[in-house]
Amino acid sequence: MFLMQTAEQTLDEILSLAAAHFKVPREKLSPDADFFKALGIDSLQTLDLLTRLEQHFHVELPDYELQGVTDFRTLASKIQARL
Amino acid sequence: MPMKTFQGQTLSWDLKDGIVELALHREPLNEISSLTLEELEKFVAVIEDLSREAHALILYSTLKSGFCAGADLRELYGWIQEFGQAEVANHAREYLERIHHVMNALDAAPLTTIAAVHGVTFGGGFELALTCDMIIADKMARFCFPELRLGLIPGYGGIPRLKRDLGNAVVRDLLLTGRSFNTTKAQQIGLVSQVASEGEVLRAARATAAQIAKFDRTTSSAAKRFIKAIPREELRQEIDIFCELIARPAVQAGLKKFVESTDAQPYLP
Repeated sequence: MFLMQTAEQTLDEILSLAAAHFKVPREKLSPDADFFKALGIDSLQTLDLLTRLEQHFHVELPDYELQGVTDFRTLASKIQARL
Repeated sequence: MPMKTFQGQTLSWDLKDGIVELALHREPLNEISSLTLEELEKFVAVIEDLSREAHALILYSTLKSGFCAGADLRELYGWIQEFGQAEVANHAREYLERIHHVMNALDAAPLTTIAAVHGVTFGGGFELALTCDMIIADKMARFCFPELRLGLIPGYGGIPRLKRDLGNAVVRDLLLTGRSFNTTKAQQIGLVSQVASEGEVLRAARATAAQIAKFDRTTSSAAKRFIKAIPREELRQEIDIFCELIARPAVQAGLKKFVESTDAQPYLP
């Protein structure tokens, strides 16, 4: 039986992936944190993160849907909507 | 004797073992400027001679950040400032005629051409890759035609070449939303023919070029001419539409916003 993953699971996976890739301690990343600041990433690294998330979740995330999104929780909800 | 090696400010090339490698290396992201164009013109002037000793051409970037971010928008914005809205279309037309000459020469080059792309492959960089016979992409590459965000259309032959390779519905989606997409999507829609692991795209392109080099050049060239016609009429129309659009105040405003942006997502309008 296929079980849809929950929004919390999606959020948790995003935090783990971002922490591992950008070498930031996982415990320093909170769901409501501004990910640009928390990860210290620029525009190119943001594109890199977007690509990694698409690959990890096997989804397409049109970047216009992410306009104005700055926190992990909202990012997770956008991904959840495409799963 | 063809110029087998060239070291320019924006690119270099080297002919070795029957394969020409053209490397882009202009920081920060190989933005295509007037200088890049001059050096590309030097390359296409010798491509015919090089093809007598080579089977394949690999286009790639030595920069970690990606293949090419496209046209140098700061230079484009500078033209509007320098020439004014009334004259900028004439200047743009002259420039586009030169760019199209280069792109068409690459497209029709009498050797098999491979774009080995990674990272950012946007706008004019995407258009450059589309001139090649095949695109091999790093799994982390990202493609985009962001021109509509600036009030323009792609001007280096992008739409006719994308239409040549893909279904029109996909072309409309990519063009009219200006969204970026990854290598997986690019392969699904038929744009990318091979995917390489992260950091391995040049190795994959070299292996492919070595395979190509086993075949008779005349046969490969004949096969290429048969399956890859250059959409010349549409390319002409593209120049006309671009020049019509660039003279509008909306373009100046869009470019100004981009040039002055300190946003972490400047590619999003």
